[in-house]
Amino acid sequence: MSQALLLQGVLALPLLAAVLIVISGRSPNVREGVTLISAAGLFALVISLAPPVVDGARPALTLAEPFPGLPLVLELEPLGLLFALVASFLWIITSIYSIGYMRAHHEAHQTRFYACFAVALSAAMGVAFAGNMLTLFVAYEVLTLSTYPLVTHAGSDEAKRAGRVYLGLLMSTSMGFLLLAMVWTWSISGTLDFNPGGILRGKAGNTVLSILFVLYVFGIGKAALMPFHRWLPAAMVAPTPVSALLHAVAVVKAGVFTILKVCVYVFGLETVTTLAATQWLLYLAGATIVLASLVAMTKDNLKARLAYSTISQLSYVILGALLATQTAVIGSAMHIAMHAFGKITLFFCAGAVLVATHKTEVSDMRGLGRRMPITMAAFFIGSLSIIGLPPMGGTWSKWFLVLGTLEAQQMLLLGVLMLSSLLNIAYLLPVPVRGFFSKPKDELADGVKEAPLPCLIAIVITALGCMALFIYPEPLYRLSNLILSA
Amino acid sequence: MIRQHLPALQVILPLLAAPTCLLLRRAGLAWLFATVVGFATFAIAILLLRQVLSQGDIAYAMGGWSAPWGIQYYVDPVSALVLLIVSGISAVVLPYAARSVAQEIPSERRCVFYTLFLLCLAGMLGIAITGDAFNLFVFLEISSLSSYALISMGQDRRALTSSYQYLIMGTIGATFILIGVGLLYVMTGTLNMQDLAQRLPAVATTRTIHTAFAFLVVGLSLKLALFPLHLWLPNAYTFAPSVVTTFLAATATKVALYALLRFVFTIFGAEYAFNTMPLGPTLLLLALLGLFVASAVAIFQENIKRILAYSSVAQIGYMILGISFATVTGVSAGILHLFNHALMKGALFMAVGAIFLRTGSMQLQHLAGIGRRMPWTMAAVVIGGLSLIGVPLTVGFISKWYLIQAALERGWWPVAVLVLIGSLLALVYVWRILEAAYFDAPAKPDAHIKEAPLSLLIPTWALVLANIYFGIDTSLTVGVARQAAGLLLGVQP
Amino acid sequence: MGILGHYNYWIVIFLMMVGFYIVISHGNLVKKIVGLNIFQASVFILYISMGKIHGGTAPIVAEGVSRYSNPLPHVLILTAIVVGVATTALGLALVVRINEAYGTVEEDEIHAKDSSL
Repeated sequence: MSQALLLQGVLALPLLAAVLIVISGRSPNVREGVTLISAAGLFALVISLAPPVVDGARPALTLAEPFPGLPLVLELEPLGLLFALVASFLWIITSIYSIGYMRAHHEAHQTRFYACFAVALSAAMGVAFAGNMLTLFVAYEVLTLSTYPLVTHAGSDEAKRAGRVYLGLLMSTSMGFLLLAMVWTWSISGTLDFNPGGILRGKAGNTVLSILFVLYVFGIGKAALMPFHRWLPAAMVAPTPVSALLHAVAVVKAGVFTILKVCVYVFGLETVTTLAATQWLLYLAGATIVLASLVAMTKDNLKARLAYSTISQLSYVILGALLATQTAVIGSAMHIAMHAFGKITLFFCAGAVLVATHKTEVSDMRGLGRRMPITMAAFFIGSLSIIGLPPMGGTWSKWFLVLGTLEAQQMLLLGVLMLSSLLNIAYLLPVPVRGFFSKPKDELADGVKEAPLPCLIAIVITALGCMALFIYPEPLYRLSNLILSA
Repeated sequence: MIRQHLPALQVILPLLAAPTCLLLRRAGLAWLFATVVGFATFAIAILLLRQVLSQGDIAYAMGGWSAPWGIQYYVDPVSALVLLIVSGISAVVLPYAARSVAQEIPSERRCVFYTLFLLCLAGMLGIAITGDAFNLFVFLEISSLSSYALISMGQDRRALTSSYQYLIMGTIGATFILIGVGLLYVMTGTLNMQDLAQRLPAVATTRTIHTAFAFLVVGLSLKLALFPLHLWLPNAYTFAPSVVTTFLAATATKVALYALLRFVFTIFGAEYAFNTMPLGPTLLLLALLGLFVASAVAIFQENIKRILAYSSVAQIGYMILGISFATVTGVSAGILHLFNHALMKGALFMAVGAIFLRTGSMQLQHLAGIGRRMPWTMAAVVIGGLSLIGVPLTVGFISKWYLIQAALERGWWPVAVLVLIGSLLALVYVWRILEAAYFDAPAKPDAHIKEAPLSLLIPTWALVLANIYFGIDTSLTVGVARQAAGLLLGVQP
Repeated sequence: MGILGHYNYWIVIFLMMVGFYIVISHGNLVKKIVGLNIFQASVFILYISMGKIHGGTAPIVAEGVSRYSNPLPHVLILTAIVVGVATTALGLALVVRINEAYGTVEEDEIHAKDSSL
């Protein structure tokens, strides 16, 4: 029972934080103190939820019942816990980073920024702990709406246009496809609960289920599967902490997390493998991996490059979910965490460079390593993790995904994964390599030095996290393993 | 004792209060009196709804003359719900009216304003409660005539022409209804709705009844502004005083829709309307056309009230769509949206009225920067707009869910897709308002625009919170809507 | 019953069409109201004529009379006439106000003045 109440607390705490942030808006120190404390509190809460889950408990809590027989309900389960752990831990780090970044960059409307951030985190927790598809959908939409003011933070015309793309794509996919798929599922099966083994098995013919599956996969626009990926590069107009936590971790991971949930709990892995649409979606995911990497290579703007890299990496998770073998799903789940640490490091570094030098283009960053050694070193570590090279955490998730393709005998997709790793090297490594070994294009202005201390602390922690996850992947693996053993 | 006469009081109270307002001669007093009456009718509506839900339908013989001779008032879940909406909206709008009317209407006309308002209220409540077809026509005209006069009180001179236009179209609609009722009487010799329902099947295949049906449906469609008979609505809503727009947008078309439900389902019966007569496909087509055309037109408007007015035409399409399915889920979706749309449009028009109070303009371009100046009012617009789009945790989502479910139940998935595309169009026009309010820099930074007064904010937010509350706890709305739909279709839900 | 057997209905339909046509075709606001009145009057006649019973007399109890006309339509139409009068009054009042505001009661001229704003 108390566990169930804690679940409520996980949602309520960030909301409370948002209110307090608005109230204390006039004094930045109090406001940021509130953010930090609630971030730490949230992480502690999520941690405290972990032991019972490992023991097999699945506490649930009904919040309301908007439709007869279809409540808004929270439920604790391993996959959600994994997502929540990653998101809440990185919220602490991002908060530290934000303090340095926002102040050094003299951003306006910081109160709104921190408040929306907290609401977005609450929504992410809602996605993580949703006990049925309806609850997940509600949290998913709240996440979209609460991040809109963050994306358009600058208030410029460019931000307004980007906001239109962001909201337009995310809303039209979720309203157009996902909602339809949900109501359809509800009328076919009479339930939207998450059930290991699926709720749709044998409820309709292969064709209908295939259509439904396609609706789900495209409807979850946050997973940024091509051709519905344009919102993610557009969202890069946001301040860097937003790109780092929300558009490398919370929002996009909420997308792929939802796809995993749909595959595992709504369709059931067995059903997924039998669907006619699965093979095509697999190829689409593979194509997204390669195409997004190719686009990333052409981008000179560092954040745009990272955004396309994220699109590519998200499709790894989708790929794993669609392969629907035990190993692949474990790989997917682990990749959610591994990629989060790697990519957030890279974004932090991009932001640090921006704050310290006001440079956004990769070609201008030559020789920067001498002035900003810590940042560039961290970038190198993050890159290795994304590429999937030891001794970084990304190795493990890629390993399981590769095993998954072998298990499912998808040799073409195995080739895609290998090719993608090569492409990752090609577009990520030049940044630190040129940073350290090339001569600056034009002499850097004097006084360029490392970013503010809070930024550096955050960068170092996440970079170390990448390494730690290589050495201690055990907890992650155990949680991922629990998803299917339930 | 009083409890027994609640159905009569529901109508008579505002009807008698209306001339009293005129006698009070002081605008403040008239307002206070009207507000008290508004709350009293709301309380009566709540009591009636509770009574209906716990003890079943109430039949009340007006003046002690029992049914087929006398006029019968009949309260079932459908009418109780409509009574609740109409009186509830009036109870919210009247406190709001004090400041808004003081600004928009010259002092010598304010007493008349409240008189007309109460008359309009009485007429609408009468439509919802009466069990007599001719009496319904009379109440329809009471409410229509008073609303023509209310609309003409707008500041802009175009209020006069739009009121005139509404008068012409509304009277044609009313006359059509009169013809329909007359033809029904010729064939059956009764005007009582339940008697009509019993006697109609015997003569249902005659040409006279077909004609009566067609006249009634067209007449009511004019009143409820079904596309393409909606031409009076955008102008009337745009130029009427803010309070009138709010009240009419939230209630007038809903009551006409209720009358359509009554005639189609209670009197003619679903079997006749949908199997003998091609009502289903006709309504389906017009609803979808209205949905798209009106939403598309709304996107290109520069006046906020006009955007919302066209959006109303589109939303009426949703209600009619639900009804055209002629299934329990479909009709209950229609009734549900009738209730929910009153909440969202009420909230939106009130917020827009508050903006008008402070800025004196309804043009999008003059809205620039208003998000900073009037944060609470704009927050209300945001939530109302999200509800209009159908975002979860708002009432709009609930309506949309049931509509889609109803479409899928019939196997009409293209209709479900069209419904969803419609809500994306809503996203576009709502976002145009929000972008203008939050992103554009004010053309001239005049500091005197400040947040709306509390007497406007509190009623607005009461409806905004209702939007959220009924989006989460739907036991009342969905429960009553399903019961009502079952009743109308003659099946036990 | 020939085609003229129901001549009252033919009159009703004729008046209805005439009234309707005036409302639609005329640009003069006063004439529109006149048309509307004719339109409504046709319906009044429809009601009243259907209350007539062949050989029936006024519905007053009197000796030696057993066939009465149906009084109810008359009563109903009395109400409808009241509504019609109110509508006409309101409509004309609006026309007066429009004339004050625009200086004309012709629809196209009003249009021209509004669009030139």
